[in-house]
Amino acid sequence: MLNTPDDQLRAAVTPAPNFLRKRAMIDKLARCILFAAAAVSVFVTIGIVYILVSESLVFFENVSLTEFLTSTTWTPLFAAPSFGIWPLLSGTLTVSAIALSIAIPLGLLLAIYMSEYAPPKVREAVKPVLEMLEGVPTIVYGYFALMMVTPLLQAFIPGLPGFNMLSPGIVMGIMILPYTTSLSEDAMRAVPRELREGAYALGYSRFYTAIKVVIPAAISGITAAFILAMSRAVGETMVVAIAAGQMANFTFNPMEGAATITTFIVQVSLGDVRHGSIGYQSIFAVGLVLFLMTLLFNVIGFMLRRRYRLAY
Amino acid sequence: MATLNQTISDAQGHASLVRRNKNQDILIAGLGMLILVIAISTLLAMFLDLFITGLPRLQDPDFYMSFPSRKAEQAGILSAWVGTILVMIVTAAISIPLGVAAGVYLEEYAGSNWMTDLIEINVTNLAGVPSIVYGLLALGLFIYAFGMSETVLVAGLVLSLLILPVIIVSTREAIRSIPEAYKEAAIGLGADQWQTTYAYILPAARPGIITGAIVGLSRAIGETAPIITIGALTYIAFLPNAPISGDFPFINFDWITSPFTVMPIQMFSWVSRPQAEFQINAAAAGVVLMVLTLMMNAIAIYIRYKVRHKD
Amino acid sequence: MTSFSKSIGMMKNVSTTAEPVATKRTHSAPPPASAGQEDTWLLEPEEELRARVSDLEFWYGDGTQAIQKLNMPLVDKRVTALIGPSGCGKSTFLRCLNRMHDLYKGVKYSGEITLMPENVNLIELDPMVVRLRVGMVFQKPNPFPKTIYENTIAGLRIRGIKKRAVLDEMAEKSLRQAALWDEVKDRLHQSALSLSGGQQQRLCIARALAVQPDILLLDEPTSALDPIATARIEDLLNELEGQVTILMVTHNMQQAARISNYTAYMYMGQLVEFNETDALFTRPKCQRTEDYISGRFG
Repeated sequence: MLNTPDDQLRAAVTPAPNFLRKRAMIDKLARCILFAAAAVSVFVTIGIVYILVSESLVFFENVSLTEFLTSTTWTPLFAAPSFGIWPLLSGTLTVSAIALSIAIPLGLLLAIYMSEYAPPKVREAVKPVLEMLEGVPTIVYGYFALMMVTPLLQAFIPGLPGFNMLSPGIVMGIMILPYTTSLSEDAMRAVPRELREGAYALGYSRFYTAIKVVIPAAISGITAAFILAMSRAVGETMVVAIAAGQMANFTFNPMEGAATITTFIVQVSLGDVRHGSIGYQSIFAVGLVLFLMTLLFNVIGFMLRRRYRLAY
Repeated sequence: MATLNQTISDAQGHASLVRRNKNQDILIAGLGMLILVIAISTLLAMFLDLFITGLPRLQDPDFYMSFPSRKAEQAGILSAWVGTILVMIVTAAISIPLGVAAGVYLEEYAGSNWMTDLIEINVTNLAGVPSIVYGLLALGLFIYAFGMSETVLVAGLVLSLLILPVIIVSTREAIRSIPEAYKEAAIGLGADQWQTTYAYILPAARPGIITGAIVGLSRAIGETAPIITIGALTYIAFLPNAPISGDFPFINFDWITSPFTVMPIQMFSWVSRPQAEFQINAAAAGVVLMVLTLMMNAIAIYIRYKVRHKD
Repeated sequence: MTSFSKSIGMMKNVSTTAEPVATKRTHSAPPPASAGQEDTWLLEPEEELRARVSDLEFWYGDGTQAIQKLNMPLVDKRVTALIGPSGCGKSTFLRCLNRMHDLYKGVKYSGEITLMPENVNLIELDPMVVRLRVGMVFQKPNPFPKTIYENTIAGLRIRGIKKRAVLDEMAEKSLRQAALWDEVKDRLHQSALSLSGGQQQRLCIARALAVQPDILLLDEPTSALDPIATARIEDLLNELEGQVTILMVTHNMQQAARISNYTAYMYMGQLVEFNETDALFTRPKCQRTEDYISGRFG
């Protein structure tokens, strides 16, 4: 067989049959392991839903759903407990609304500036700063809200209590600003150049091009950015836990302190949570509400983002 | 004459229009810059405030080498930074292999079917789940259903799950940015899918994967809420057993099942104290935490910058 | 027939003196365009074959048929060029031979690509096994971001060959074959990306040669290179003639004429004419071939 030099060479580089067998086996094994790793994420979701739902069911054996959804007092740890989620929702919504009223307009303006105005060099320098801002631990923002922003606000607003929703709301707004900015900017930059050039060719100014052409074209992506920002504001914990106090308070007044869904969970966790106690069950019930809220926002945001990805 | 006048008034009209447009442009650019300045000064203000407040403790070497204490001026972050390192070792050991493998599967192996769609939507959604909900998962599942206690292992597990989407997404992006030509070259040489992935795709994607892992870990370092939820806000004035010892078998894993505290938890417990002296400690801990996370982010940004400007 | 035999004298490196048998075929599937030109011409070479393509058809995942009833011999250790207007399916056909299409979902083949002398049908084999035997060089040089040495022996590593002596020997041999050895022998352990475009492409050829492929496919290997680098690759391919069976796609007819022993002209997914290169360019048998090579086409 190996009489010619060609044959000898070929023999030298021919893979051994058992090497090929081993290779095929490793290939299959790798595929299985990789698939299993990808499937883990599905089990995480199943785990979250299972835990939240099963523990909430125990909660609703003791508390009627009507009380949970209609009562306006939340005192689960009192001797005479009351389980109306509205005080937690009012706190969550008020802080989120303050945060969004800062993050959305500023984020949108900054996104317009970054995508339509800023020279590439500025953009390249600014992006890392925004990423850094995003990387600061939330507990540091909480400290900042309590120790710096609240005293500052008190100088302008006499009588503002040490724990209030305004200060954490503002700080949270700055905290999620990079997030809304980068999502909106992504959406705007996905708008094809031809659309912009068409507007410029008609004599549109930059500002008009941005307002009349780019934003309408990117509207689904920008809306997605707002909704995802909302999801993040609703789920944020530490800033509020530190600076808004942890007292459930049915109010929409930003000058007052209040608890949110997340801070209530923190408050209970800081105490002694015995499994089976009503306090323990209640954090899963409000956790389920929080999860459903963010899930709704995330799904809407996901679908809107998919839409602009498909459009271009 | 009439036409000449017409032309002149047109030209004046245009000029005022152009002027108005210019003013608008300047306004927007100015506002954009202003917001940037606000953002940057917030970052600076936060850091300086913490730094100036915490300076007395930061200067004290004992701060880094003592346990927490009832006396603010003797309290330190020893158990906290050791705990953070140990928890991060567990987090990295779980989340990086798992996240990279999942990312590789979704990008290279997954066919287009309902299963892939499910996993993809699921990963996107998990990225948006509030961190405190992960804490509830850990509390209900690990602590109560599995009967584990508030250990380094549980903290590492929950933080791993939390940052898994970050690592999956960055792995996918890193793989997607590799030229198709490398893959074709390897396949054309007779490589099977695993050989192509392992020997050619993963090495080329390494910078992007490392960047994602650093960003994910820096997020895990600062996470407070899920750790509070599992009930780990306790007074820890001891260190877990050292992982390396002088006696056989030299390496032990006792530390994995040890109670612990971490930097953000330590900071939170100090912030929650009414006494002003503890706020100094909180600020000092905040500086350490901020320096740590900013440094990690800076490294990630630098790697990304390097990769982008290589060619 | 007599005029045909005369052309043999003009052919380079073709030692056979016997008169080739020409067959005239009519396609079962009528070509979609150019009615009245359905003539095809398929030379049956006298030399030993390395592969024979019979009635090959190929469909992409979206259902479009890219190759129709294609028949063609591939002569052992000779260079065969595939020419034709862009979009005619020549690259698609080339990629059938190492089953590169199988990377994508839903592709379909029918017919046979028989590899000689074993008489195995490449369409029925595992694509991975096919690629272990049929090498490929792509349009754009695509060395791995590794050292020159590691690039050269990449295929050997994939085949699980670990003996240092074999690796070193094959690296030198294939780099010499690819006329690159003298330029890189002092920097084998530097990055392949430090080489010029032309050198990178020769490195890719060396990489493909190192595994002693049964067939080497070249997909417009010089289209991304400057004229000087192109000339070097052409010289190299001329030297490889007699050593390796090469099938090359080129959109440059002069290049086909300079390098190849045989040429196949494809149009709209079909083979129009396969003949010895000089014959095809000097006395095309088909009107469609003549239109194309004389530039009357498009």
